[in-house]
Amino acid sequence: MKSYLTDGVTVRSWLLTRDHKRIAWLYLTAATFFFFVGGTAALLFRLELLTPHADFFGADNYNKLFTIHGIIMVFFFLIPSIPGVFGNFLIPLMIGAEDVAYPRINLLSWYLYIGGGLLAMAAILLGGVDTGWTFYTPLSSIYLNTYVTLAICGIFINGFSSILTGLNFVTTIHRLRAPGLYWHRLPLFIWSMYATSVIMILGTPVIAITLLLVVAERALHLGIFDPRLGGDPLLFQHLFWAYSHPAVYIMILPSMGVVNEIIACFARKRIFGYSFVAYSSLFIAILGFLVWGHHMFVSGMSMYAGMVFSLLSYLVAVPSAIKVFNWTATLYRGRITLSTPMLYALGFIGLFTMGGLTGIMLAALPVDVHVHDTYFVIAHFHYIMVGGAVMGYLGALHFWWPKMTGRMYPDNWGRLAAAILFFGFNLTFFPQFILGYLGMPRRYHAYPPELQVWNVLSTAGASILGVGYLLPFAYLLWSLRWGARAGPNPWGATGLEWRKTSSPPPTANFEESPVVTEEAYAYE
Amino acid sequence: MNDGPLIPFWPPAASTSAAAVDKLFLTLLAIAGLVALAICCLILFFSVYYRADRPGGARGGPSPSNALWLEITWTSATLMIFVWIFIWSAELFRAMRVPPRGALELFVVGRQWMWKIQHQNGRREINELHVPLGRPVRLTMTSEDVIHSFFIPAFRLKQDVVPGRYVTEWFEATKKGVYHLYCAQYCGTNHAGMIGRVVVMEQGDYARWLAHGSAPAVAPFDSGRATFAKLGCGACHLPSGFGKGPSLAGIAGRRVELSTGKIVTADETYLREHILYPGRVVVAGYRGDVMPSFKDQLTEQDVMNLIFYLESLKPEP
Repeated sequence: MKSYLTDGVTVRSWLLTRDHKRIAWLYLTAATFFFFVGGTAALLFRLELLTPHADFFGADNYNKLFTIHGIIMVFFFLIPSIPGVFGNFLIPLMIGAEDVAYPRINLLSWYLYIGGGLLAMAAILLGGVDTGWTFYTPLSSIYLNTYVTLAICGIFINGFSSILTGLNFVTTIHRLRAPGLYWHRLPLFIWSMYATSVIMILGTPVIAITLLLVVAERALHLGIFDPRLGGDPLLFQHLFWAYSHPAVYIMILPSMGVVNEIIACFARKRIFGYSFVAYSSLFIAILGFLVWGHHMFVSGMSMYAGMVFSLLSYLVAVPSAIKVFNWTATLYRGRITLSTPMLYALGFIGLFTMGGLTGIMLAALPVDVHVHDTYFVIAHFHYIMVGGAVMGYLGALHFWWPKMTGRMYPDNWGRLAAAILFFGFNLTFFPQFILGYLGMPRRYHAYPPELQVWNVLSTAGASILGVGYLLPFAYLLWSLRWGARAGPNPWGATGLEWRKTSSPPPTANFEESPVVTEEAYAYE
Repeated sequence: MNDGPLIPFWPPAASTSAAAVDKLFLTLLAIAGLVALAICCLILFFSVYYRADRPGGARGGPSPSNALWLEITWTSATLMIFVWIFIWSAELFRAMRVPPRGALELFVVGRQWMWKIQHQNGRREINELHVPLGRPVRLTMTSEDVIHSFFIPAFRLKQDVVPGRYVTEWFEATKKGVYHLYCAQYCGTNHAGMIGRVVVMEQGDYARWLAHGSAPAVAPFDSGRATFAKLGCGACHLPSGFGKGPSLAGIAGRRVELSTGKIVTADETYLREHILYPGRVVVAGYRGDVMPSFKDQLTEQDVMNLIFYLESLKPEP
């Protein structure tokens, strides 16, 4: 049987495909592009921060750079990346289905993503936008004269992509599981994608409406957020974070799912406490909707509201802690191989733990008063989003690359890149914790000279990180042509995608419909 | 400001709450450090000890894949530590938010891109804040345009300054010196230039500094009283309550019923709204179209002073 990669070779056969595996490639291509756009912006402003004074970019250009970095990375890389690439590729394969429930809508999702992305890119190329990715009002709605509306339209359209993808995944997981694949036999990646999809469906409409209101105030001068027009600026923050905090879980939950698959495979163990890990994803998805106010402790919100949100933030940290403990326990008495994907998974646990623990500090109200809007917060959420989400994404890429392409990449290069990324990441972001506690505010292109040493270290780390990201790009492309043939199951993993089909799989995924008779991770 | 060590690790701590926040932070740091170390050591140890390609054969083997007692133990232990941290931090937060009685009142107005500060006797300064040592200081703040954030790292103090409402923060400086003042909330082009310095002085020095203002200073109270007279507020807002507008005697902090039936507290933000946009919310029993808006005649500083004066109006006996 023809593999899905050779079943049609024209550009048209790719751009109009309804095969979830090919759509995954469309997402991979676009996400890689946006990742390098966002990454380049980051490298440029890290360069500016090498010295305490404005050197390369003026204030306005610096503000545009960090805005581009934030908007592109959050809305066009982190949120769509793992669901778009690995959710698409893996959900049908893992549950023994031929495709997702709505293949045409799946393709539509990608076009909405690209449409939104092109508008955002247009806003950047026409002259940029300098609101910060958070679009705080009334700055964004009244005061700035850059391409705010265009960028917002891009994010708005992209939101429909998220909603439709979420709907597609939820329906697929409910309706298309193979015979015998009960909920408690599902791979944990499916559980976490399910939780992610619920957030995408319920949360995304909120940001869409909120950003439309910003446009309404900009264009029509409807008083919604600007107090002079009768609006309330804090209303924007409540609405914005009501989506954007759950969105953090859209970014991290899929990576948590990936880590389960990798750890079980390379420790040759069942995931310890399967049901605790599975349900903790759902708890995170639900509780994640109730903690947005911890972004607003110093906003002027009531002191008692601050306390309630602080307590709820501690509660949402519990399921994350449960996951980390269970992953660690999974390694106990395993037979562990430190292949490239495993290094990413273990790196994820370490860095995510650091991100989570600093999150605990931020949930403590008096500490947050001091470090809010400083580099401490920047470091914290990069440990979650880069140390966590991106490490998980790269882990997934290295783990399922043989399945997606039928080729192996050089493992030594993979491990080297993982080590460089781990080192570069920590060198970039650890000094920012110190900078933050010293009081360096975020979004400053110039800063007091005594803070220079930490900034130089961070910029040095960023350039190492840049190299670390280019390496996989190079050897993965190389492997497409020269990599060794992978065979159906190079890692000796369990799971339908490894045991029941070839690498790369045929268009219809399985030659005969699989029937499941055992739970996930039957390694022992 | 720049007389610290070449590579600073720790910010100066110069207020009563700075030491308390540092203590909480260091405790959290110790807990986080221990947990992170334990997790990393376990992962490293397991990865080496149970490695599959060990020359003598892998040590790993079958082991239970769940244990309820373990899950309950680490979940409840985590939860208990979290609740303990929450209680500690919520109590400290409350102490940091509620100012002590008799604090020195200062006024701050933020705008793109400067901080304007006014002292009790009317002396003004821009991007500098002179304060006395060992005396609680309460700042009442608002913004003329977008959201800013008044941030003094050495005091571990930060508060967003929001247009259209008044926010407060307080501190008591404990160490003489000069400290950074930043705007922490992104506010447009020159956000990074909205910085200044805080000068903590001996109380006597502060008194002398206050007295030697260069510009003729009108105290906020006097300025507010003058504005009240100039705008003729008293013509309608008769203290007896029989004027066209409601009586303003004892207005500050009073519970007021609105024409919509809603009952609100007449705080500073409420008073500001009524001075600038009188028609938006109307007190029950009064008409909304009598009072003109004063938004084009008053600066934020004028409004602030006027409210300061209104707050001094005692209720009729």
